[in-house]
Amino acid sequence: MSGLLRRRTYLHAAEPKRSYDVVVIGGGGHGLATAYYLASRHGITNVAVLERSYIGAGATGRNTTIVRANYKMPESVAFFKRSFELYRGLSDELDYNLLMSRRGLFWLAHSENVLRLQRERALLNQAFDVDTVFIGPDEVKKLCPQIDLEAGGKGHPIIGASYHAPGSVIRHDAVVWGYAAAAQRLGVHVHEGVGVVGITVEKGRAVGVETTAGRIAAGTIVSATAGYSSTVAALAGVCLPITTHPLQAFVTEPYKPILHRIVASADMLVYISQTSRGEILVGAEIERYTTYSTRSTFSFLAECASRSIDLLPFTGKLRILRQWTGLCDMSPDYSPLMGPTEVDRFLVTAGWGTWGFKAIPAGGMAMAELVATGTTPANIAPFRIDRFRDDRAVPDRSSAGTH
Amino acid sequence: MGFKIDCPNCGPRSYHEFWFGGELRRYDPDCTDEEDYRNTWLRANAAGPQQERWFHYAGCRRWLTLERDTVNNTVTPLQVIPLGG
Repeated sequence: MSGLLRRRTYLHAAEPKRSYDVVVIGGGGHGLATAYYLASRHGITNVAVLERSYIGAGATGRNTTIVRANYKMPESVAFFKRSFELYRGLSDELDYNLLMSRRGLFWLAHSENVLRLQRERALLNQAFDVDTVFIGPDEVKKLCPQIDLEAGGKGHPIIGASYHAPGSVIRHDAVVWGYAAAAQRLGVHVHEGVGVVGITVEKGRAVGVETTAGRIAAGTIVSATAGYSSTVAALAGVCLPITTHPLQAFVTEPYKPILHRIVASADMLVYISQTSRGEILVGAEIERYTTYSTRSTFSFLAECASRSIDLLPFTGKLRILRQWTGLCDMSPDYSPLMGPTEVDRFLVTAGWGTWGFKAIPAGGMAMAELVATGTTPANIAPFRIDRFRDDRAVPDRSSAGTH
Repeated sequence: MGFKIDCPNCGPRSYHEFWFGGELRRYDPDCTDEEDYRNTWLRANAAGPQQERWFHYAGCRRWLTLERDTVNNTVTPLQVIPLGG
């Protein structure tokens, strides 16, 4: 392991070639991971990742860095468990320190309904050998003494929780830079500042992309563009079951280590953790309306800070440093949308909503296998894009943590 | 970002007073299964002007149809069910 806090990856500034075997649109976690696994697992190195801004500029650089596997549909638990296991070995594999830090994650319940939900979650997780337990308020207090069990004394005390001990935080920038650097070492081209403005489809088959750097032919095109999945797919004439919603978060100034656990409330729709840098990081729910605007709002800041103080009173003394907004590509059933589209050789990995960061290794690996073999891996088959046509939704809204 | 919706019944109000009803879709009872699937599940999710429905729950409690630019959230009312209507 070299370089504890190595700075960002410097990309070779070569001009894009006129043709690649695979063009990945979007230089975020999923796009770069797909390219990396194509090169490392399948020997396909004539690959370009096209990023219109800088790598990690979108959802990968804006999420709240939590990784966990405590999902509540069998398909999702298996998928996210796989992703978590890959994350655990990822620093070694990429030779890039991701600062993965095991914290333990609560999902607090303040109502009978959510309490029942967390108990079901714990039981299902245990059936899949995922370490989630159902605990009472006394154990919550013992594991995290800073929590106010009365939750601000507003009539909604904490009556229980699910506790997912493996829940961790990871430096998200490092995930992007680590994948980019490793992919680049294997021969993948990563082009920043190259936006895709068109997708050429001939006889029902995608054959290339029009970019701000000219036309590039492609054997296969993969869109990994998160909040912009609909607009990129529309370039190929594909319509997706996705709406784009804003999600906001904020951090305080850095403080000494005080909050070891990740505290989330499934009733209050807020989650709080302390970053390795010492900032207290607070996020909440998505806005219910759709937008592509990333302007932040004061009303969010006020509401979210208030919830944070109700759960963790010490946060009332902290000073807010920064707030930001990311765009989430929400699917109707809160599960991802991965696989082929009606346009041959145009694949999509999308519907990552508020749960995409924790899925990066497994998602990238599955998409790489799909591109390389032409066969959909079994662990993403339930997430096929047209599943709603025959009523095969994978409803997992309660696992998003933000609804 | 925060924005205001100029409700023809109530005047300009914060978007917090409204429920978002999604992009405007027209249901055709004679549609094919394929059209029904696309209408029910697929969304244009446009980056730019979009016709959509909002419900003014903290005001006149009427549905209104408006056009909003989803990139900058500029709103133009198109149609509303009037009070008493």
